Amino acid sequence: MVSKKKSSSIDVKILEHELVPKHVIVDIDEGIKILKQYGIKPEQLPWLRASDPVARAIGAKPGDIVKIVRKSPTGGEVIVYRYVVPG
Amino acid sequence: MDPKLGAIEPGQTCPICGNSIRACPGHFGHIELALPVVNVLFVKNIYELLRATCNKCGRIKIAPQDAERYIRYLKRLKDRYPYLARRFSEYVKKQAIKASKCPHCGAEQPKIKLEKPTTFVEYYEERKAMIRLNPLIIRSRLERIPNEDLEILGYDSKDSRPEWMVFTVLPVPPTSIRPSILIETGIRSEDDLTHKLVDIIRTNERLREHIVSGAPQIIIDDLWELLQYHVTTYLDNEVPGLPPAKHRSGRPLKTLVQRLKGKEGRFRGNLSGKRVDYSARTVISPDPYLSINEVGIPIDVAKTLTVPERVTDLNIDELRRHILNGPEKWPGANYIVTQDGRRIDLRYVKDRKSIAESLAPGYIVERHLKDGDIVIFNRQPSLHRMSMMGHVVKVLPGRTFRLHLAVCPPYNADFDGDEMNLHVPQTEEARAEARYLLKVQYNILTPRYGGIIIGGIQDYISGAYMLTIKSTLLTREEVMELLASSGIVKEPLEPAILSPKRLWIGKQIVSMFLPEDFDYQGRANISSGPLKCEDIECFWDSFVLVRKGKLLLGVIDKKIIGAEQQESLLYWLAKEYGIEFTTKFIDHIFRMFIKILEKRGFTLKLDDVAIDMATKSNMYSLLNESFKRVEELVQKYVEGTLEVVPGRSLEESLEIKILEVLAEARDRAGEEAVSNLNPFNHAFIMARTGARGNVLNLTQMAATLGQMTVRGERIWRGYMGRTLPHFKKNDLGPIARGFVVNSFFNGLSVTEMFMHAAGGREGLVDTAVRTSQSGYMQRRLINALQDLYVEYDYTVRDSTGSIIQFIYGEDGADPSKTPYTTIINVDRIVGKVIGWGR
Ligand SMILES: [Mg+2]
Ligand SMILES: [Zn+2]
Ligand SMILES: [Zn+2]
Repeated sequence: MVSKKKSSSIDVKILEHELVPKHVIVDIDEGIKILKQYGIKPEQLPWLRASDPVARAIGAKPGDIVKIVRKSPTGGEVIVYRYVVPG
Repeated sequence: MDPKLGAIEPGQTCPICGNSIRACPGHFGHIELALPVVNVLFVKNIYELLRATCNKCGRIKIAPQDAERYIRYLKRLKDRYPYLARRFSEYVKKQAIKASKCPHCGAEQPKIKLEKPTTFVEYYEERKAMIRLNPLIIRSRLERIPNEDLEILGYDSKDSRPEWMVFTVLPVPPTSIRPSILIETGIRSEDDLTHKLVDIIRTNERLREHIVSGAPQIIIDDLWELLQYHVTTYLDNEVPGLPPAKHRSGRPLKTLVQRLKGKEGRFRGNLSGKRVDYSARTVISPDPYLSINEVGIPIDVAKTLTVPERVTDLNIDELRRHILNGPEKWPGANYIVTQDGRRIDLRYVKDRKSIAESLAPGYIVERHLKDGDIVIFNRQPSLHRMSMMGHVVKVLPGRTFRLHLAVCPPYNADFDGDEMNLHVPQTEEARAEARYLLKVQYNILTPRYGGIIIGGIQDYISGAYMLTIKSTLLTREEVMELLASSGIVKEPLEPAILSPKRLWIGKQIVSMFLPEDFDYQGRANISSGPLKCEDIECFWDSFVLVRKGKLLLGVIDKKIIGAEQQESLLYWLAKEYGIEFTTKFIDHIFRMFIKILEKRGFTLKLDDVAIDMATKSNMYSLLNESFKRVEELVQKYVEGTLEVVPGRSLEESLEIKILEVLAEARDRAGEEAVSNLNPFNHAFIMARTGARGNVLNLTQMAATLGQMTVRGERIWRGYMGRTLPHFKKNDLGPIARGFVVNSFFNGLSVTEMFMHAAGGREGLVDTAVRTSQSGYMQRRLINALQDLYVEYDYTVRDSTGSIIQFIYGEDGADPSKTPYTTIINVDRIVGKVIGWGR
C-alpha cells in the first residue's frame, strides 16, 4: 500500500503560514459530541485525506476528526470539522 | 416483421402475451452470431482486464499473499468508503498491469495494445512477434478470470462476468422501439435500427455459410471484421476511428447511443425535459397600465388554455354560464368531466343548454382562462428563479403577451421580438404555490444579494427625473392630471409657490406617494463629476433627502428607484413597508413618471449630439496634440531610445504607450464635447440619470469614436505591413492602425468604417462564445448543487444527509433578507432611532 513518507520540515512550516487556518485533532469525547450534535455518522462529515499536508503536519490518522477554525468574510470566525480518511 | 416481436397494428393480438397494441410491451428476439464480436461500449474494460490478468492462467497479476491482503482491505473499505474502495481498485489494477511476469504460473506477459476501436494486438518484444487477438481468444481469456480476482479489480462477478462483454448472441429489440413509418405514397420506411439489424443479419448469414462451406481464412476474417463493424455501429455510430454507417441519402444513421446521448437524446430531451400541455408561447409587448403582478393574455390563448374547476354550490351558476358560452366564445369552457370520469368535449355537444342544466356539484369543468387566474410566465434562458414567476391573468384583445416594464429586468426581456412561455397550473396545490410563493411581488428582492431587482428602467427614470427637477413647476390642472394618471384620488398639498400663480413642484407630488414616517437619504445617480454631492449641503440637487415622508431634496433617478440598485429608496420601502405596499407604489407612481414624459415629450434628436465649431476646433487640437505625441513615440521607437515597459518587448511597450495616449485623447475630447452640451439636452439627461446610455456613448456620438481594438490591440492584421491598401507600409500612426477620429454625428470615412467593423465583429464573436461557455459551466454547477438543502440546524446537506457546509453561508443569513453583504444596516437603525446626521 501507500508507503508513509517521512514528514519533512515543510510539513511543520506550513502550519505557520497565514493562509493555513488552525487545525486541531479533537479527542474522542468531543468527536462523539459533534457527531451527536449533527446526528450523523463520521463519514458524513467533509473528508480530509491523511495525506493532506496539514493532516500530516499535525499527525492526524484515519478515523480522527479535525477541528478547523478559520476566518470567513461573512461569518467572522467559523468552526468546521473534517473526518480524516485513508489516502 | 416477426409478429412474435409484439403487436404493432391496431386490432392485432400479440402471439406472445395475448395483448392488443395498447397493452403489449413488445418482446425481444435474438440473433445467434456465427462468430463472437466485441461490444464497443466495453472495450475500455476489456483492455484493462486483458492487461491486468495473465494471458496463460487468467489470474490477476498480483502475488497471492498480497491479493489476500488487498481483498480484506477492500472489503473493509467497501462498507465505509465506497468511493475510496473504487480508488483502491484502480490502484491495484495499475499494479497488476505493470507486472511483466505472472506471479501465479510464471509466464512472461506480452504487451497488449488496443488498436481503436475494437482490435487488440499482443506484442512479444523478444521474439519481435505480433499477434492479433480475435474476439474468440479475448472471450476465452475473459472466461478464465476467476471471480475472486474480479472482485479485487472492482467487478461484481454475480452481475457482470467479463466474458459478457463479447457478444455471442445479439438481442433484437421489439418493433415498438423501432417502428416503421408509412409514407403517403404507400412505401414503408424502416427505422435506422431496423436497417442496421438487417445489415447484421445479412453479414452474419454470409459468415455462417462461408464457415460451413470451409472458405479460406482470409474471407472469413474479412466477413468477421464486417460483422464487427455492423455490430459496433449498431451500438454507437459515432465511434472515433470508424466511418459512421450511412443511409442511402448519405445521412448518418441514428443508432442506440445516439438515441440516448446529448441535448436532444432520451435523457435531456425526453425525460429531464419534455414538451407540456397547458402552455402557450407568443411575442411579448409592453403595457404600463398593467400591475407588475399581471400578464396580458390574448383572447385566443385564453380560449385554448383551461383551468379545471370543481363544481360546488357556490360556483355552479357561473360555470353554467361558461358552459353555455361553449368553446368558441370567451369566457367559456372546453370540456366537462362527469363524476364517473367521463370527458365531454363541448365542441361536439349540440345542446349545451341541457348539459349546463345537468351540471351538478362534483363535476369538473375545464373552463377558459379568465381574469384573476394565476399562471407561470417564463423567458429563456431560465438562469435564475426569477425567470419563472407567477402572474395574474388579464385577458386582453390582441395577439401578444403583455407585461409591465418593471418586470423586464428579472426576465432580461425587451420587446425587439422576444417570445415568452406561459404555463397554467392544473392543481389547487400548484395554484396556491404560484400565488403565494412565485408571484412577481415576492420576487422584488432577489435572493442573490438581497437587492431590488424589479424597479424603474429607461423612461421611468427619465420621467422621475423630469418630474423632480427644480425647474418643473406644475399648475393645479397638471397636478390633477398626473395624479389621475397614477390612479390616486387625493387633494394635493399646499402649493410650493402661491403667487403670482399657485404652482406645485414635482417633489411634492412624489411625496404624496410616500408613507408618512418614511426617512431616506442617499446620493442620486447624477451625483458624479462636477455635480457630486456627499451630503445635504447640495447645490446640484443630487443628494436625495426624505424626512417624514416628504421628498425635501434631490432628484429621483436610477440610484433612487432603478432596478438592480443597492440600498435605494425603493429598496428601503420594500424592506420597511412590505411587499404589498411596494407593489402598489410601483404600480401607481410609475404610471405618473410615464405621464410626465407624455405631457412634455421626451426624445433624442440629432441636435442633441451636435457641437459648435469652437468646441470642435478645441477637440481637434486636443487630438492633434495626441497624434503628435504618438508620432514622437514612434520616432523614439525607430531611434531605439524608447523606454521599455518592464516585462514587455520594445514593440509591446510602444503599443501600450500609444494606446494610453490615444485613450486619454478620446476621453479628453469627449469631456470637451460633453461639457459643451446643454444640461437639459435629452441625450445628456438619459446618460446622467442612468436611464439609458453613458458618457462614452455620448462621446462616440458627439466627439470621436476613438481607438478600435481587436483582442486589446490596435488593429494591425491585413496586408503585409498595413491593414488596408489606403495606407503606407509600416505606418504606425493612429489613423493607419484604427483610430477613428470622426464621431457618429460626423460620419465615418471609408477606412474608419472598416476599422469600426473589425472592432465590432470581435464583440459579436465574444458574446456568442461567452454565452455557450458560461451556459455549459452553469449546467455543470446546477447538476452538482441541485440536491443541496439547508437543514433546520442551518447546516447545508446533500441528499445523503452528509454535511457540505456547517452553517449556511458561514453566517446562516438569507441573502434575500439582508442588506447587501451585512446582516443588518447599523447606520440606518441608528439614524431611525436617534436621528440622522449625528
Ligand atoms: Mg430581445
Ligand atoms: Zn406482446
Ligand atoms: Zn499466469
